[in-house]
Amino acid sequence: MRVVVNGRELETDVAPHHTLLDVLRDRFGLTGSKECCAEGECGACTVLMDGHAVNSCLVLAVEAEGHAVTTIEGLSDVDGLSHIQDAFLATGGVQCGFCIPGMVMSAHYLLEHNSAPTTTEIREGLSGNLCRCGGYNQICAAVASAAQTRLTR
Amino acid sequence: MSNPDGRSERVAGGLASVADSGESERTQIGQSARRVGGRQRVTGEQRYVADLPVDGTLHMKLVHVDCARARFISIDAGAAEEVPGVHAVVTAQSLPQPVARFGPGHADRPLLAVGETKFHGEPVAAVVAETLDAAREAAALVRVEFEELPAVLTVASAVDAFAPLVREPELRPADDPHRNSNTLSEWNFGWGDVDAAQSDHVIENVYTTASTTHFAIEPHAFMAAPDGDGVSVWSSIQHPYVLQRLIADTLGLPLSKVRVFAPDPGGGFGGKQHAKFEPLLALLAMQFGQPVRLVLTLEETFQAVRSPTFEIAERTGFLNDGTITFQDITVNGLLGAYADIGYRVISKSSYLACGPYRVPDARIKVRALLSHTPPATALRGFGSPQMAWAFESQMDAAARVLGIDRLDIRLRNLARKGEEIVRGAGDTLADGDWAESVTKAAGWIGWGQPLPEGRGRGIALGIKSSATTGASYAIVRLLSDASVSVMAGTSDMGQGARTVLAQIAAQELGVAMDRVDVVMGDTSAAPYDMQTSASRSTVFMGTAVLNACREIQSKLRTMAAEVFAVDPSDVDLSGVDLEDLLKRAFGPVYGEVIGTGERRGAYLADHPLGGHAAFYEFCATASEVAVDRETGEYQLLRHVTVSDVGKALNPNHVAMQDEGAAMMGIGQTMMEHLVFDESGRLVNLGALDYRIATTKDVPFEMESLVVENEDGPGPYGSKGTGESGLLSTAPAIASAICDATGAVIRDLPITPERLWRVLKERHAAPIDLTDISQTDIDRPKGR
Repeated sequence: MRVVVNGRELETDVAPHHTLLDVLRDRFGLTGSKECCAEGECGACTVLMDGHAVNSCLVLAVEAEGHAVTTIEGLSDVDGLSHIQDAFLATGGVQCGFCIPGMVMSAHYLLEHNSAPTTTEIREGLSGNLCRCGGYNQICAAVASAAQTRLTR
Repeated sequence: MSNPDGRSERVAGGLASVADSGESERTQIGQSARRVGGRQRVTGEQRYVADLPVDGTLHMKLVHVDCARARFISIDAGAAEEVPGVHAVVTAQSLPQPVARFGPGHADRPLLAVGETKFHGEPVAAVVAETLDAAREAAALVRVEFEELPAVLTVASAVDAFAPLVREPELRPADDPHRNSNTLSEWNFGWGDVDAAQSDHVIENVYTTASTTHFAIEPHAFMAAPDGDGVSVWSSIQHPYVLQRLIADTLGLPLSKVRVFAPDPGGGFGGKQHAKFEPLLALLAMQFGQPVRLVLTLEETFQAVRSPTFEIAERTGFLNDGTITFQDITVNGLLGAYADIGYRVISKSSYLACGPYRVPDARIKVRALLSHTPPATALRGFGSPQMAWAFESQMDAAARVLGIDRLDIRLRNLARKGEEIVRGAGDTLADGDWAESVTKAAGWIGWGQPLPEGRGRGIALGIKSSATTGASYAIVRLLSDASVSVMAGTSDMGQGARTVLAQIAAQELGVAMDRVDVVMGDTSAAPYDMQTSASRSTVFMGTAVLNACREIQSKLRTMAAEVFAVDPSDVDLSGVDLEDLLKRAFGPVYGEVIGTGERRGAYLADHPLGGHAAFYEFCATASEVAVDRETGEYQLLRHVTVSDVGKALNPNHVAMQDEGAAMMGIGQTMMEHLVFDESGRLVNLGALDYRIATTKDVPFEMESLVVENEDGPGPYGSKGTGESGLLSTAPAIASAICDATGAVIRDLPITPERLWRVLKERHAAPIDLTDISQTDIDRPKGR
């Protein structure tokens, strides 16, 4: 399969049952996307495919053929963190951190499509990402703060 | 920097420069320093065990059967062994005999099931292959012929004299009085004379709790590899030093030849305290001379870790004014197939079964029961939330029967600072101004103010005995450029131990946070820490780090006195430029200043818990709900926790821990429960069928508050926290639901369906709210 990941065209052999998540982690060494439930419920593997947030555990690798994928590794600028990542640190949204790459990707997608989300919209937008440390309040505050930053920059 | 008059210089720098250098560098205690390791967590750079490189590693896949208790007739690995890349299909029979058994406290869990499985998910075989694909394919080809046997799945069946025995008597000591039963252990706690107590009313009820699972977002992951003449083991584990000892015992190696790497776990919550498959991996890695790895699926983690299920019967005596006269409590804890640390969850939580109250007479009978369900282990709160479910529901029942306000009856009985909770045992006294937390929570929720129809408020208190015993050691190295390396064996699973330990070192040594590194997760690099649990790390390891820093301060004073030719008592370190001092002291060959520190809790062999609690975690929780009587659905509108933390060393971390605990408690109260069918199969395996709270379940308004009286035993007067936020979630919510509807619920979780059933029954038999005791099964009795 051939796929563009974080702007780089990559190629690898895959089996029909391999998922996009398998390929990202095991073939391309992009371990920022995490595997938890493997059935599209927890959101830890969230990446962007052609700009849409997807659970990469539910996308077969062959389905990603020819598409553009952005992972957490492709989100931070060379010179620093994205404003969303920075907001997660500033508000204390990060605890164990295992859900955070997926959370950040979902937040990124949300803010791309809704530049000034309400609290309800933020909660709705992140409802597919589970955090067992339970830091939802701080995470939602981080997204609200990031939205503010985007609007004022 | 001259020193013409021979007196020690008060040089600007060191601590002073940090304090003055602005918000970004403020690292002092009581300020919300950013999480150490946070940057790696938002960029995806953080490496959890499953993220470690796998080149040259063998992959393991476990083989299960589809029922709880299966007696093996045959295991045919022929087809599995034919799969290209398969190294071995390992069964109990192919392991060294007798099969090694392990566990904290009770060495009862075999490396693989021997003769029969004891619970749904106990592995029958393990396939080891060159690729994960090959291991998976082969695992599906292992044919297990088995006979399903009757299983013990409930408290009622466990105590039935005719029930099958979960544990073979021959595996138990000859003098074990419970050898021929499903009781693993019994404990009797208490004081005074319950039978002689004089009461106006006796309230008697039975409460049950659900079995819940940890659902850490990081599934458990393990790897083992031969390492010179020893072995290295990687595990997402909370207690690396307990694991190190276990591996050493299993393989017959000295501790120094066993190196445990414990990369920061992706959530622990107690589920990652003790070994699960590491001994098997270590054995096979040594056998194959190659690294072997195993990453559990989320489904497999459900079968590896869960909380014990409790059935708690309480008979509580009261005077007419609400004063508690006695508590007579029977606790049955359903443990599962192996003891793990679940037996201690049951005993330790039951020890405080009377709660934070003054109870003149108490009798607490406790049993840990074996069953054919997955072994129970620690889960955030260590059984204390389950105890609070019972004793706080009793307080509400008493308030209804006696016509006393629910807040007043709690404040009337709440132990004041310095009073005994557990009596006559010389135990730790009430160590906080707990009433302050209670009134703060009541104030926040607007206690006593009118509410619209369909809404209700509740309040509940929780208490947990903290760490009791064991040692934590730290080494702090002040390097020649005045940066600092803290070596501490604590695990940072999200609670923020790295940050708080770095803050303590930064504060004590007057350096900026970004010049402090905390080395953890490597038993060969950091000294022994008994465990990361019971909210102990701030108090135990924090004190060890503090003491190590104080030793460095003492050495620096001597050093400065020599360098500046003054008396050590004249040296004021707060004015010293550390880098300059080290440069002058060591010259061009460099050096470093090393401090060591420790904090030990005395081990008391004759104490039921092995030692006195270092402190209590206390929390008051208040909730407001809106209930839809037609459907039983309810919404949590407002929720507050007030924890007695002594001193919040990092307020932001405390808030995120307490709110996180509250969210977990909300899930456990409203939706979480593992469901077993009649064969003992876990039927709601996985994220689709076992629901935890999401962003949509966050209360409309939620806050975590603290009481800080600097009265804890930890650094700067701190106590531990992180579990307190869920100690009394369930009874607070239940209290609010009852306030809104009159419905009394005694079984968790409070699903809409369960609430709807109770409301429907109440509707069928109209009730008189003035005598609510007639409508539930509270039985007022004169004495």
